[in-house]
Amino acid sequence: MPTEAGPGLVGARVPRREDPRLLSGRGRYVDDLKVYGLLHVAFLRSDHAHARILGVDADSAWRMPGVVGVFSAADLEPVARSIEARSRMKNHHGTPIFALARDTVRYVGEAVVAVVAESRYLAEDALRQVEIEYEPLDALVDAEAAAEAETHLHPEAGTNVLAVREFSRGDVEAAMRGAAVRVGGRFRFRRKAAVALENRTCLAEYDRGGRSLTLHSSTQVPGIVKDALVEILDLYDHRVRVVAPDVGGGFGGKGSLYGEEIAVCALSLMLDRPVKWTGDRMEDLTSTSQAFDEIVDAELGVDNDGRLLALSAEVVGDVGAGSIYPWTAALEPVQVASFMPGPYRLPVYRGSVRAVATNKPPTGPYRGVGRPASTFVMERLIDMAARRLSIDPMALRLRNFVGKEEFPYRTGSGIVWDESGFAECLESAAARIAYEDFRERQAEARKRGRWPGIGIASYAELTGIGSRISAAPGMPINTGTETATVRVESSGRISAIFGVASHGQGLETTLAQIVADDLGARIEDIDVIQGDSAAVPHSTGTYASRSAVIAGGAARLSATALREQIVEAASHLLEAAPGDVEVRDSMVHVVGTDRRMTLRELARAFYSEMDRIPKEARETIELAASKLYDPFFGTTASASHIAIVDIDPETCTVKIERFVVAEDCGRMINPLVVDGQVHGGVAQGIGAALYEEVVHDESGQILTASLVDYAVPSAVEIPPLEVIHLETESPSTLGGFRGMGEGGAIGAPAAVANAISDALAPLGIEIFELPATPERLFRMIERTGNHRRGMQA
Amino acid sequence: MTAKKTISVTVNGTVEVRTVEPRLLLSDFLRDTLDLTGTHVGCEHGICGACTIFLDGDSVRSCLTLAVQADGAEIVTVEGLGDADRLNFLQRKFREHHALQCGFCTPGMLISATDLLRKHSELSEAQVREGLSGNLCRCTGYEHIVRAVMAAAEEWDGEWNEATPRECTS
Ligand code: FES
Ligand code: FES
Repeated sequence: MPTEAGPGLVGARVPRREDPRLLSGRGRYVDDLKVYGLLHVAFLRSDHAHARILGVDADSAWRMPGVVGVFSAADLEPVARSIEARSRMKNHHGTPIFALARDTVRYVGEAVVAVVAESRYLAEDALRQVEIEYEPLDALVDAEAAAEAETHLHPEAGTNVLAVREFSRGDVEAAMRGAAVRVGGRFRFRRKAAVALENRTCLAEYDRGGRSLTLHSSTQVPGIVKDALVEILDLYDHRVRVVAPDVGGGFGGKGSLYGEEIAVCALSLMLDRPVKWTGDRMEDLTSTSQAFDEIVDAELGVDNDGRLLALSAEVVGDVGAGSIYPWTAALEPVQVASFMPGPYRLPVYRGSVRAVATNKPPTGPYRGVGRPASTFVMERLIDMAARRLSIDPMALRLRNFVGKEEFPYRTGSGIVWDESGFAECLESAAARIAYEDFRERQAEARKRGRWPGIGIASYAELTGIGSRISAAPGMPINTGTETATVRVESSGRISAIFGVASHGQGLETTLAQIVADDLGARIEDIDVIQGDSAAVPHSTGTYASRSAVIAGGAARLSATALREQIVEAASHLLEAAPGDVEVRDSMVHVVGTDRRMTLRELARAFYSEMDRIPKEARETIELAASKLYDPFFGTTASASHIAIVDIDPETCTVKIERFVVAEDCGRMINPLVVDGQVHGGVAQGIGAALYEEVVHDESGQILTASLVDYAVPSAVEIPPLEVIHLETESPSTLGGFRGMGEGGAIGAPAAVANAISDALAPLGIEIFELPATPERLFRMIERTGNHRRGMQA
Repeated sequence: MTAKKTISVTVNGTVEVRTVEPRLLLSDFLRDTLDLTGTHVGCEHGICGACTIFLDGDSVRSCLTLAVQADGAEIVTVEGLGDADRLNFLQRKFREHHALQCGFCTPGMLISATDLLRKHSELSEAQVREGLSGNLCRCTGYEHIVRAVMAAAEEWDGEWNEATPRECTS
């Protein structure tokens, strides 16, 4: 086991190594790759939410200039079979993923026909000549109705309820009867899109001679895609390589296998030429996996002193057209129920979940998975209870947080929290925002006809989840380990090879920081290789706040092991006892002497100068080490967010005046990167709270298929963001790292919802639905008869 | 199909003469014809700003412009700012302040920020936010971008123009 890293690069604000290329336009995103003989594919997508495909007429498209071929599902089937997300959960129905829709379309935007041409322009020209004949079927767009409907999206499942799950501890009815105060209601978190700025793109190159396939894809999970393609295309696994080069953001939307990835591979196989697809924004907004879309009926019972007694939550997740690979349709809604009890001591809990198929794009992983919605509901309930009891909402939280002496604490759904600074986070955030003074300022402002409000959200999350639990419920894929290989190249430079895949997180920098410290090398001598399935025998990728914890742990283990090998080699070369050899700044030193050599000299001596090391030593020393790390359970990360808002009584727009986050992410590898992750998460959370919503009409047509209608916040809507870090050393992970890539997006919607509810409390308005758009707020305020009159009326 | 047209465009100081289809977007011309893939395309409908470039000194969206419209024009793209091993002042501020994560919005941000700095000798935070409101970033929450641009505005005492970056080697 490595000892604690000393003062070094871990913890320092190291400028990122990926920046120079990205700042000068020399990044390499998939769409930037130039390949000889490249063909382009454009997909004709369904304009029906639910319909049977009767036939495809592509005769005139075939005759268009530059067209190489027009393909539908049946054409690809000989080379590409389907794949299905599996789960060990009872009552789970997986649905197959195909390259193109087969027989039936289940949402507007589902790809049906692929046109391959010499250029994207020509492919799109030809697309317009393709006619698909459909027989429309009933479109199911309401999840609760779909759960009962006779029409089934996947008749072989025999139901639209693709997954059912229950959590229960204690007798909820009895506990509720004993509660002095019960608060609750029907909460709704509308459908959201990830909107990475780079649209999904993939490029397949098949080499017929070598029967090998390389897919460059804008994916977060090259390892998962590789394993899936091996199965789908029936190729040898070492002949399939999936590379994620520079990737323009993911946020979960690029965390699954997509039909387009299968299609370009199949087409390249069939046509014996490289084939690329570059999605446009409309395709992204209609076919990339989406988030949330849950209805939660929840109730919280509290005693007169504000102690939480019992919680119940019934979750209906609208999961769209079917499962997503490999996460299943259960991923998002099940996590809503499993994280619902939050960071609180809550003896009695019952949560139930139904994941219901509808005619919308599938939901899938999105930053925070389940926790943005669970935190929204739970934190609203806490505030509602506080209001009823006339207890300050902060005080109510502090009274109920799991206390220091209670860790590890098992929640009512079975999640185990290890020690994390729940109360410390809230107290620091409150101190920073001058929480105590706010009420006075609020009273003043209300007199002037303003509607200001303050809102807290506290949450805990599991990060760096190890092999003990699957990142998705019941999913039979190991997401809990990472292997790192660190080796000295013949030049003396260090390669550090990982299975993770950075898409903005800066892993080329943070992982190099760790390796540098544990190895004793200068960071500039270390190359981090990641995002390439061929570099490692097995991997999955980057998602679920896992990379810093799991890959970071593997980096520590393998760098430490390599250091021992270097010391061993150096002891021969410098004729010293291994105990006297030290590795520092890419040099080996014999302690207390001036005998030393650079890693470059060491590598040359070891690899090339045959007389320098005895044969026996040469056969036992290897200047490389591979170690696997498994945090087993994972670790808790927690935070409190506090928002101050001001609502304009005229326009019902919400302006966020201040936003403070205090978070405990354990030891930080690079505070610059941590800050950036928190900021980005919060901005997405603010988007989810106020602006972003994927809207389908009652026939399943999407009304938000461009960035004109789907509102992504700009620098004007996002306030200055203040972040406080608490570094509670995590007891259970190597290096004390906790994951933190998702947290910002978890707390922000709830904090904003609570702040709006606080602002509108004098009108008796509580927020039950997000996003709280001006239109929704206007309707609520109008119903109270207070619109335009300000609070004093 | 309408006849192809030969255009001559000066891009980052080099004269490029190419024969193109009238419908070819300037963004595609830069990326595919000239292989200047630093200019990114995030929406193709004028909202995200990733494709922003300088055209005769104005910052414009190359996805809303046809290549033929640029005939005779002077264009500066992100590749015309500092090189990877010789970042210009603003690029260095972006790096110091960690104003980029995935880097996809970055080329457009740099152009828009240069434009903003060029037009104002002093900039308030509100002006920076407003000035960058046509460029979406999904990763950074804008905080570090705003700080980087503010720092650039405070510390830079020279003239900003679209050619500034090349001259800045300090
Ligand atoms: S690609 Fe031009 S504005 Fe989005
Ligand atoms: S850095 Fe990723 S979109 Fe701005």
